This record gives sequence, C-alpha cells and structure tokens, in this order.
Amino acid sequence: MVSHVGSVKRDGPAVIGVDALPALFALLQEQGRTVVGPTARDGAIVLAELESADELPYGWGVDTEAGYYRLRQRDDTAAFGHSAGPQSWKSFLLPARTRMWSADREDGVVRVAEPDERPRYALFGVRPCDLRAIGVLDRVLIGGRHVEADYGARRDGVFVVAVDCTEPGATCFCVSMGGGPGAEAGFDLALTEVVDGGDHRFVARAGTEAGAHVLSLLPRRDSDTETAGRAAAAVDQAATRMGRTMPAMSLRKLMADSRESPQWDDVASRCLTCGNCTMACPTCFCTTTEDVTDLTGDHAERWRVWDSCFALDFTGMHGGQTRTSGQSRYRQWISHKLGTWYDQFGESGCVGCGRCIVWCPVGIDITQEAASLAALLPAASRDHAESQDHAESQDHAESQDHDG
Amino acid sequence: MADTLRLRIAAHPFSAPFPEDQRELLAREARPVEFEPDERIFAEGGAADRFWLIETGRVALDMWVPGRDEQVVETLPEGTVLGWSWLTPPYRWHFGARALEHTTAVMIDAAAVRERSAADPVFGYAVLSRFAPLIIERLQATRLRMLDLHATPQEIAETRARRAISPDSPDSPEPGSAR
Amino acid sequence: MTTSFETGTATPADPMVPRFYQVTSRREETRDTVTLELTAPSDPLGAFAPGQFAMLTVFGVGEAPISVSGLGGAADDDHRHRRPHHADADGLALRLTHTVRGVGAVTRALQAAELGQSIGVRGPFGTGWDVPSAAGHDVVVIAGGIGLAPLRPVVLAALAERRAYGRVVLLFGARSPSDLLYTGELESWRSRGVEVAVTVDRPEPGWRGHVGLVTSLIGPARLTADRAAVFLCGPEVMMKHTADALVASGVPPHRIRMSLERTMHCGAGWCGHCQLGPVLLCRDGPVAGYDEVCDLLRIREL
Repeated sequence: MVSHVGSVKRDGPAVIGVDALPALFALLQEQGRTVVGPTARDGAIVLAELESADELPYGWGVDTEAGYYRLRQRDDTAAFGHSAGPQSWKSFLLPARTRMWSADREDGVVRVAEPDERPRYALFGVRPCDLRAIGVLDRVLIGGRHVEADYGARRDGVFVVAVDCTEPGATCFCVSMGGGPGAEAGFDLALTEVVDGGDHRFVARAGTEAGAHVLSLLPRRDSDTETAGRAAAAVDQAATRMGRTMPAMSLRKLMADSRESPQWDDVASRCLTCGNCTMACPTCFCTTTEDVTDLTGDHAERWRVWDSCFALDFTGMHGGQTRTSGQSRYRQWISHKLGTWYDQFGESGCVGCGRCIVWCPVGIDITQEAASLAALLPAASRDHAESQDHAESQDHAESQDHDG
Repeated sequence: MADTLRLRIAAHPFSAPFPEDQRELLAREARPVEFEPDERIFAEGGAADRFWLIETGRVALDMWVPGRDEQVVETLPEGTVLGWSWLTPPYRWHFGARALEHTTAVMIDAAAVRERSAADPVFGYAVLSRFAPLIIERLQATRLRMLDLHATPQEIAETRARRAISPDSPDSPEPGSAR
Repeated sequence: MTTSFETGTATPADPMVPRFYQVTSRREETRDTVTLELTAPSDPLGAFAPGQFAMLTVFGVGEAPISVSGLGGAADDDHRHRRPHHADADGLALRLTHTVRGVGAVTRALQAAELGQSIGVRGPFGTGWDVPSAAGHDVVVIAGGIGLAPLRPVVLAALAERRAYGRVVLLFGARSPSDLLYTGELESWRSRGVEVAVTVDRPEPGWRGHVGLVTSLIGPARLTADRAAVFLCGPEVMMKHTADALVASGVPPHRIRMSLERTMHCGAGWCGHCQLGPVLLCRDGPVAGYDEVCDLLRIREL
C-alpha cells in the first residue's frame, strides 16, 4: 500500500478537526483493516489494536530519561504529545511469536499447511523515527535476495498514518541520526497535530493515492494557512529540541575502529545483558526458531520468536558460544546498530528514537557510549572519522539507489 | 659425488636458503643415505650426532610407551628435516625415527656442524636461524593438535569431566594419581 | 508427497517453508558421520552451487545448516553423468547430497535418518566456492575433518572441467584414520590425477600414512604460490593457521577461499545470528576470501 507515488495531487495542506478522527478510523475499518495505534495503558503509552479514536491517549504526555519513563497529564488534549513508548511497530509487522509453518505427517508423507491468514493493519500515529525504522526493517526482511513472506504479507497490506513529531523527548536524537521530526516518505497519510485555545486539529497530507483517497472522504475544514504555518513551525522547532545527540562523526568508522576499545569493559560492568534494548528497539530484528510437535509426533510446527544478541545462547553452536562475555555482546549490539548495519544493509540501524536509553534498567545511553568510544579513539582515527562523515551519508544514498 | 651432494643440498627446501659458502660447509659434512621401509634410523635415547635432509620417502617419529607399544607422534615427509636433538645437551634423541617407506636423504654430521658453529658464529647463527622456525612450526602444529579441534562437543565434555575428577580421588582414571 | 507450496503460483515460495525430500541413499562414512542422498519427489528447490548450504529439517526435531557435499546424488557426482555444478538441466535440485556429522540434536537425528524418510530442505543459501574463478590456476583443496564434505563438490567440479585447471591437489587432515571421509573416493580421485595427501592427528594400529597437522602436507605438495587457488574448510583455528602458513609462503589472501561457520536459524539474512562483524555469513558467506575475513577472525568473540 505504501508506495511513493509522485503523481499524487496535493491541493495544499488540508486541515481536519479532531472530530474527523472517528471518521478516519471508520474508513480504515471499512477497508477491512485492524487499526493499531497508541493508547494509555498500564502506566505507559502502548501500541494496541484500537476499536475507536476515543482510545487514543488524549491529554497524555511522557517524561523520559535514561532508565526512566513516566506518564504525565498534559495541560492540553493532544493525542500525540508523547515520544516513543516501550513498543514499536515491529510488534505488529514482525511479531514476537509467529508460526512460520505447520505440517502433518501421514504414512511418512509430510504435508505443509497453507500459511496462516495475515492481518491487514492500519498503523495509526507512526512517528517519523518509527517510519524510518519500518523502512530499515523493509531493507532487512524484504529488500534483499530472499523475501521474508510473513513480514512481506503484513507489510503489503498495511496503511500508514504518520504523525509528525512536535514534542521530542529528553532521550530523542533522530536529528543526529540523519532523520527529523517531520514525516517525509513511507506513509499513506501524514498528520501534524495542532492544539491551541481548545481548537484541536490536524494538518493532513497524503503520501500515496490510497492516502489521498482516504483524505478526500474525510470532513475537511477550509484551507487554513495559519494552522499550516503553526504546524510547520512546531515541527521545525521540534528539530531543535532533541534531548540527545550522537557524536558528529562517521559512527560506522567509529565502531570499526573501536573493536578493541577499553570502553567495552566499562559498559560491561554496568550492562546486565538483559536484552531490553533489543526488545524495545524498533529495528532490532533478530529471531530464533522453535520446533514443536504434538503428542503423536505427526504434527509439527515451526515458530519464529524474537531473540536478542545479548542472550548467551545467541551464538550457540554445537558445544559452545562465540560471544560469552558481556563486553562482546554489548559490542555486537552497538557495533551492529551504528556500524556494520551499513556494511550489511547500506544504512544505519539506529533511527534515534531513544527507546534503548529509556528502557535500559541501568540507564546505559547509546549516545554516551558512542561519545565515550569516540573520546578513546586515537587522535588520528578520530580526525579521519570526522572527515568521513559526509562520505558516509553519500554512500548511504548510493547504496539505496543500487538496491532500489 | 661431492658435486651431486652440493646440488642436492642446494635443492632441498631446508638448506636451499643458506648462502652458497655455507652450503659448501654443510656439504663437507654430508653423505647420501637410503633407508628401507621399516628400517630404524635412530632409537630414542641414542647419541644425537647427525641430522637428515629427507628428499624422498617418509619417516615416523615414535616413542615406546609401556603398555601401548610404539606410538607414532608425527611423520616427516619429503622436503623436511629429521633431527634436532643434537642442538642442545645432552645430545640424545628424544624420540626414535623409523623409515615408513623407501627413503632417501642427505645425512649431515651434526657433531661437526656443532663444532663449526662454535668456532664460526656467523655460520652457527645461520644454522640456528634455519632450525628455529622449523622447531616453532612443529611446536605450533603440536599445540594445535593438543586442542583436538575435530573433537565433538560430547568428546570435549567427556575430557573435561575426566579432568574435573580430582587426582586424589580413589577412582581417578588419571594414571598419575597412583604416585 | 506434495507440499501445498507449488512454484509458479501467484505467491512466491516462502523461503522459510521447507520442501520435503526423501532419503534415497545412505552411507555410513564414520562412526558419527553419514552421507545422505536426498531426492525431491516433487517441487524441487532451485539448483545449489558448490559451497552453498541448505537448512535441513528433521520433522519435529529442528533444523540445521548443512553445506552440500554433492549436487545431484551419487549418480551425477560421477563424472560420467553430468557436470557436477549443474544439478539438473532445468536448474533444479532434484537430488542433493549432504554429509552430516552428528554433533547436536538435529544432526544426530539426520545421522539416524532412514531410507525413505522425509527430510525438509530449504535453500540454496549463501555464497559458493566459485570454482571457475580458479580457472588457469592450480586447484588446492585443504580440508580438516568434516570440512572435506563441502569441498567434495570442488574436487568434482575441477575433475569435470579438468582442462580448465592446472594441478588438482587435495590435502586432508583428520583426527584419526577412522575419522577419514570418502576413503573409497579418495582413491578414485587419486587415480584420476588428483594429488591426494592425507594426514591424521592420532594414528591407529596399522596406519602407515602421515601423522601431523594438515599444514605439514603443504611443504611436500610443493605449491607454486602464484598459481594456487586455495579452497579451505575445517575448524576455524585450523583454517586460520593454514591460511597464515599459505600467506607466509606467498599465496595472495584473496586466492584463499574458506567456508566459515556461525549459528544460523534462517539462512536468508533475517535472523541476525550468523554475523561476523560486517559479514552476514549466511548471505556474504559461508564462503569468503581470506582477504575479507582475516582481520575479523583475529578479533576475539566478534
């Protein structure tokens, strides 16, 4: 559903009132989609299947810090006045447990069953960092030689409603990862929320034909340049209010040059290797498989379940593991995320959402670890890394072209 | 005869890198030898006063282990050197050597080489510079074999379990525990 | 039997879903190693290249990555039938040969597989040896233990296109004489001009062959450094040691290709387990040039 249609007609920004959201929900549901979006539950803004727009977390904000996350009552009714929560959209596109296949054996003959029906989702309220994260997952799972069928099927049917970020959190750093608070591509419909003086409304734009069609069916207000201006200003302003920044250098080179850094000992003395960062990360895609049988032994299933490079048996081969120390497992995670992801998939695996910082039980901060690694680099490689910064973003663009 | 030996010394991978004048010195102490299959070249504990440039054939290094008979620890193929116990006192063979097949070699009088090395440190250094890498290489290969890289996880686990049993334990399988 | 995933339907075949092949031949190589010929009753996978691997499923037990050791079953591995790197004229893997050593739950179940048993197969995955890249060079195959299994198709490919290559040399080291694979074939390769040398770590009574590490066979093989195209597989430490010895003797690192091993759960680049730094071994490997991986292999726990 998401495709970059250059010919979409955009007759200026449309403004819809908050009262149009139920209609938007209804339209998406009429298309046979399950709407997934943010809602306040169990002390957090979680992503869940929503029946109606009423379930959106109106009036809730969040305070985040390293190892810290609290809901906060806002003094307005904003539905998207919060930064990233504990989950990401991968929970729906690459679920924590998925049956890959099931098969039955009869007289020694094995018959594989038809694949399970995959849900058709509308992802409602995808922030630009997460939009980028979905793109990162696309490259890994369906952008290479082999196409992951389950992810592909979920992804194909999806309708994305992006919502620009106007209130970054203290742990956000999307700008220094080359992103930003405004959604640029990868959505069907994008909204910017504007709340002032009790007037709760959205500037809406379509990214695809499908999005344009939906937008055309919504009750719209008259063109309102003032609202559009406020929305744009709020997004621009958000870009300047990132709570964290990554060191301004080639992180890819930093990671490659830091394989034997003393910093690994330091971080390992704090890291519990719990894997929370990998569960919360919107791009961490590692999975393992589990085979199960019923009591007769003639019905077998294979399940794909989330795994974490922090798990001791992650590198288990017959007899032993390759990465046993906490040092090596943290190094693997951050080096892959910020460095070798470029080698493998042509871009960074980090979108700067800050979840790993927030949900680390001991408050390990990826931006601080990167800064510490940079500070420990010999001066020569530091200069070199900085001069490579520009080249890296070009590499990135080029390799995307090649694969596209 | 002497010319043939010079050529053979110049052609052998071990001695080829020596400068010509030093090869000449080696040739003075050399003579050709042949061994029949299973012929013993030297016995463990014997006087180590020579070494061999193996040209064709193959030689087994062995040791007699009580209760296990003769154990081959390594074989030396063509192009290698047999014998380095003459380098250090007490100049006795640490292992025995036996030809496995028809073997031709250039035998060099090690006692003479040793004496010349003492008198001519440049020559002596050249000799040691050739033997040291050989010894290092065989030591490393031996260490890798000790790692038993082909063992299955179960075999490794069994070895670990065996080692975990205290040598003081009455049912220890370690032969040393009786002492 | 059939699977409900037919090729040519609107939905592309899911690489995660195995096709069930049948064991049509089974040969005990050693006490813990077996060679299985798998035949597709229908719906075969695409053709494999030497060096590529399959994910093999034992129903209800699990799955393990196993390199191909033959590309069309015993018959086509014989030079009289067809070129070994083409399993079938249609580019399909009608038959596959895998030599499996029972070291874990899945491989032990494979080792115990019976004639006629259904074995799930996914693939082909990963990079191949690219034997034709050695054209005009001496093909030097160096194997440690079960490492000979993925190299067998290299020897067969070199024999099938004998004139494209110079010398064909096989240096094979195993733990003991009873751990040697393909002993019958080694003789037939020898008779067809392959220079075969075998060594063991631990001799057994009656063994009159070499005793020592596989590297001890390199010198006597009298390789010409700038003519050698090396194909190497065995325990990682053995490969590193061997590659270093070859590089020291003048073989360029990019002329040394080796098959590496890490945990794999998908084979297709999605599960993240098989990373060796920047290298995703199921996709960028298992076969890689020593020039690409030399520095990576030196980093502990990478």
